[in-house]
Amino acid sequence: MKCVSGKRLSMNTRMNSQGCIQEPAMAETLKMTQPLISAEAISKSYFKGQHKVPVLRGAGMTAQRGEFISVIGQSGSGKSTLLHVMGLLDSPDVGEVILDGTRIDNLNQAARDQLRNHVFGFIFQFYHLLPELSLLENVMTPLMIRHSFLGFWKKRREFRDAAMNMIEQVGLGHRIRHRPSELSGGEMQRGAIARALVAKPEILLADEPTGNLDAATGAGIMELLNRLNQEQKLTIVMVTHDESIAAQAHRTVRLVEGRIQGVAWEDAA
Amino acid sequence: MYKLLLCVRYLRTRYIALASIISVMLGVATMIVVNSVMAGFTTEMRDRLHNFLADVVIESRGTQGIPDAERQMAIVQKAAGQYIAAMTPTIEIPGMMTFTDPYSGQTYTTTVQMQGIDPVGKANVGPLQDYLDSYNPTVEDGVVLKPALRKNDAPLGWNLTAEGAEHRRLVQERQKLYQQDQPGAASDDFPPASDSPAVSKPDAEPQKNAVTAPAEISEPVFDSEVPAEGPEPEANASPVDGETSISETQQTPAADPGVEMSEGDEFLYAAPSVQKVGEPLPARVYIGEGLISFLVRDPDTGKQQKVMMVQPGDDVILSTVTAGRSPEVTKFQATVVDSFRSGMSEYDSSIVLMNLEALQKYRGMERGNWITSIHMRLKNYADAPAVLAALEREFEPGTVTIRTWEEKQGLLLSAVEVETAILNVLLFLIIAVAGFGILAIFYMIVVEKTRDIGILKSLGASSSGVMSIFLSYGLGLGIVGSTAGVVIGLLFVRYINEIEDGLSWVTGRKVFDEKIYYFFEIPTYVNPWMVFSVAAGAIAIAVLASILPARRAARLHPVRALRFE
Ligand SMILES: Nc1ncnc2c1ncn2[C@@H]1O[C@H](COP(=O)(O)OP(=O)(O)OP(=O)(O)O)[C@@H](O)[C@H]1O
Ligand SMILES: [Mg+2]
Repeated sequence: MKCVSGKRLSMNTRMNSQGCIQEPAMAETLKMTQPLISAEAISKSYFKGQHKVPVLRGAGMTAQRGEFISVIGQSGSGKSTLLHVMGLLDSPDVGEVILDGTRIDNLNQAARDQLRNHVFGFIFQFYHLLPELSLLENVMTPLMIRHSFLGFWKKRREFRDAAMNMIEQVGLGHRIRHRPSELSGGEMQRGAIARALVAKPEILLADEPTGNLDAATGAGIMELLNRLNQEQKLTIVMVTHDESIAAQAHRTVRLVEGRIQGVAWEDAA
Repeated sequence: MYKLLLCVRYLRTRYIALASIISVMLGVATMIVVNSVMAGFTTEMRDRLHNFLADVVIESRGTQGIPDAERQMAIVQKAAGQYIAAMTPTIEIPGMMTFTDPYSGQTYTTTVQMQGIDPVGKANVGPLQDYLDSYNPTVEDGVVLKPALRKNDAPLGWNLTAEGAEHRRLVQERQKLYQQDQPGAASDDFPPASDSPAVSKPDAEPQKNAVTAPAEISEPVFDSEVPAEGPEPEANASPVDGETSISETQQTPAADPGVEMSEGDEFLYAAPSVQKVGEPLPARVYIGEGLISFLVRDPDTGKQQKVMMVQPGDDVILSTVTAGRSPEVTKFQATVVDSFRSGMSEYDSSIVLMNLEALQKYRGMERGNWITSIHMRLKNYADAPAVLAALEREFEPGTVTIRTWEEKQGLLLSAVEVETAILNVLLFLIIAVAGFGILAIFYMIVVEKTRDIGILKSLGASSSGVMSIFLSYGLGLGIVGSTAGVVIGLLFVRYINEIEDGLSWVTGRKVFDEKIYYFFEIPTYVNPWMVFSVAAGAIAIAVLASILPARRAARLHPVRALRFE
């Protein structure tokens, strides 16, 4: 099954209309419970000279729409790699990434770029804001990337308002002109969240968003993520190695030496 | 959008990029300055060459010349009269000039290019009057030391100025006194009678007398034929006059100059009649300043001082060949009426302008009015090809060469062009070096920005988008650098003379000596097309240099870029 498209891929109906053949086994009932994103039997190894260093050995996980999943594991267990593969920043050696029933890991570069911009939002441990831009400009970056110069210029008010709105939501309304270097770690992470969300993604991929913050600030970030998950039904996959942080998610996936160890269900609050 | 924003931000925040901007800027500025000055010099040189040469010149192949100036000019007038503003007959012949330096008493002999001219006619085809020293004040460092000896509207001619005549009278009287007091003996302690620098020292006297004696010319004969001033009446001859001249020439064909020669000899060595004191000789010359002057550095002030070895009123000895079938050497004395400075040292140190009639006489060309060339000025120089074509049809091939001044000076002009081209190649290499600087600095910036590139890619930026950030960064650097370079270069050219003054003041010696170059100001000419192409070339190099780093940035793997510390 192959489906290549540079256009926005999201809805089931759209995918069908674009001519992707659905397997006959996919019945109506199955479709209802179809996960938003699933990584299936992902293997990935790096080469250190002649040595093959396996990082992921058939790891797999799924996330339903609106789910908040945490991935936990030791340092070096391949958590970040799995997240990158799911977010199309990296491609697996073996295995598939399926978004809404369509395989996306084998798309061409342009389509992958489009998907990263439209469907995924990334948050990193070290915030990764662009140091030359102000907070507002940083938050608007995904919109600038999405639109051509003219397209952006025409709708710049609208985009600015959207970015401002997002910044207000993460509680940084008084900091829009500041450069990242003038912000605290917690503020930068809030800014990064605003940037990830301004493009209205369907899945938020967070790589240790609290890893570099003190407990109180980290708790604030977690509160924000929980709120977004509840209010906007945002699907979140969060990597962490902190058990207490992981416990705040609906479900925790444990990664050990590149394999998923077991699934622990938690009750949503 | 993000590309532009980031590109502008990188330009503003990466100060290391300033280094490459400065190198581009300096390269562009140097190229503009050098090209403008070169172009200024070239234009000025072309003007000077041109002014002295006239637009189009018809020259006889041989030194015996072509007969009947009026008829030839009538032919020219008929063939291309509508294009021609003025023309004048000329004799051009190489010769030798001998004169005595009053300071050292030494005799100098140099080769010269003698030109027999009618001054009024010559002034009609080129700016002769501006070049003659007697029409120009003596100026040093912007201060007029001596006003012009002749008024601007004084007619051109072969008369001495009052000062020249006075100088001549003094020299001759002193000679006479000296001969009477101490006949035949040279004394070392002869007191100079005046401060005049051209006063001959006593030890120079015997030589001077020796050459003076045989060349004395019976004056009445000559004076009737040489109009001292005013336009030559024959130049505007009526057709009837022209007819008679032609018939004369036809009666006495080619052998004519040969016959003339013997007469000329008689004329030359005729028994010297007593000449009135202060009266100039029949042969009169304007001498190129470079032939009779030299520069001395004043030990006190360090300034270059020009010393004239021959003054108006002095005599020089000229020798050349007669125009006969078997040319013979002819030698005569001529009175220096004036000196000239055209600004082309090539001319000023070789040309002696002489009255046409006297040169015709000494060369045996006066019967039949023989000349060697006709100089003409066109109404519009753009018509030169048409004039050449028309004239070539009229004149028998092989008798004359017809050339524009550019063709006559082709070698010199093309040498200057080649020089400019080589200089431009070398200077453009400077900008190319700046290009490698940009390449290195961009690589550094790409490495520094690796993480940001990863972030942009994680946000969905395409490889080509990332690439265009750095390409437009290069373009921006190029534009900023070359704009600054153009501004600095143009300002430098605009204020080059002030800058030269400043440099001279700082270093304590003249950087650009107008006495050597004959320019009071450094000539510059800014060609807008040159400025544009230099700027465009610099921008192109900046963009080319940023291609490699930009490609590297575009190919970065996003995960590896994000992990980069
Ligand atoms: N480019 C690479 N070349 C070789 N090995 C790599 C490369 N990138 C990652 N690895 C290795 O892959 C393994 C998994 O890395 P990954 O970043 O996924 O771990 P992680 O679970 O996120 O660890 P942490 O909790 O410290 O972030 C590590 O052992 C790392 O050394
Ligand atoms: Mg990690």
